[in-house]
Amino acid sequence: MTGSTDTTERTDPAPTPRRRVSTRALVLTGILVSLVLAGIVSFYASSSPDGLESVAEKQGFATTAGQHATDESPFAGYGVAGIENARLSGGLAGVIGVLVVAAVAFLLFRLLARRKSQD
Amino acid sequence: MHVPDGFLDVPTSVATGVVAVAGVGLALRGARRELDDRTAPLAGLVALFVFAAQMLNFPIGAGTSGHLLGGALAAVLVGPWTATLAITVVLLVQGTLMADGGLTALGTNISLMALVGVWVGWGVFTLARRLLPKQLSSVPLAAAVGAFVSVPVTAGTFALLFAVGGAVDIPLGTLVGAMVGVHLLIGIGEAIITALAVSAIIATRPDLVYGAKPLVTARTLTIREEQTA
Repeated sequence: MTGSTDTTERTDPAPTPRRRVSTRALVLTGILVSLVLAGIVSFYASSSPDGLESVAEKQGFATTAGQHATDESPFAGYGVAGIENARLSGGLAGVIGVLVVAAVAFLLFRLLARRKSQD
Repeated sequence: MHVPDGFLDVPTSVATGVVAVAGVGLALRGARRELDDRTAPLAGLVALFVFAAQMLNFPIGAGTSGHLLGGALAAVLVGPWTATLAITVVLLVQGTLMADGGLTALGTNISLMALVGVWVGWGVFTLARRLLPKQLSSVPLAAAVGAFVSVPVTAGTFALLFAVGGAVDIPLGTLVGAMVGVHLLIGIGEAIITALAVSAIIATRPDLVYGAKPLVTARTLTIREEQTA
């Protein structure tokens, strides 16, 4: 792994005949797909109780769920407080959620990867 | 499968909190061995994709839905330690920003989805990979098997926790049966989504897929040989 401190990210072990998708293109495509899923497709997701909620209802312990401590969050319940339109409210909350996860995760994993290459 | 506040009593929640902190602490060390400058962006992508995919509840009949847990998917793509961290980041954002999953249940949710889900998924994946033909196309299939098994096991683990410190007394067998039964169906959805997502990365950049490493190395050597000849 000598030369991995180089500014370029490419460390092709062997160039394949087929043109390879760059990491940047792959990640950007993935982000775009995820934004569409969270921002648009999520509106069409099932609103039925999920597996745990459904079992809790049938077994009679659903009511033991407490008030959520961050119910006052502007994005509580995957909606933006104050926006009436469900499609817009849910989609916007989804997009913001994806961006927050992205910010935390890219930073965290970059730091962890960096620290390793210093060893 | 996000556990809200109140389902489990304080001692049980504290215990799962300790398990979660220990697990994430180990993962912070372990992930450094899995990650490098090349794969770190994929790890970030996995986290945000799991967040987005978890918003997409799919119906499984009888007025019930399920969504991706993502543990097996993340483990196969970026390695189990890194996956533990990726799912933890998703759960932290969901619990604080979206009020999805209780704050006192954060330890429980991390223990269930970021530890049990990830490591059962990874363990079953590696077993399946060993049994399947030594080729890249086996990776999505093995990932699907790992994903399928991880969901009912995670659900069953919740039932065990509930038997220890649940808000009400329900016979263990009844709750395990109910949780595992429903989540076997959700596991099918988990397997399909996982297979599709892993296939997409295998088709474009197999060299980035952690769970495909043994197979990619073998293939690279063959190509090199052909070119030098």
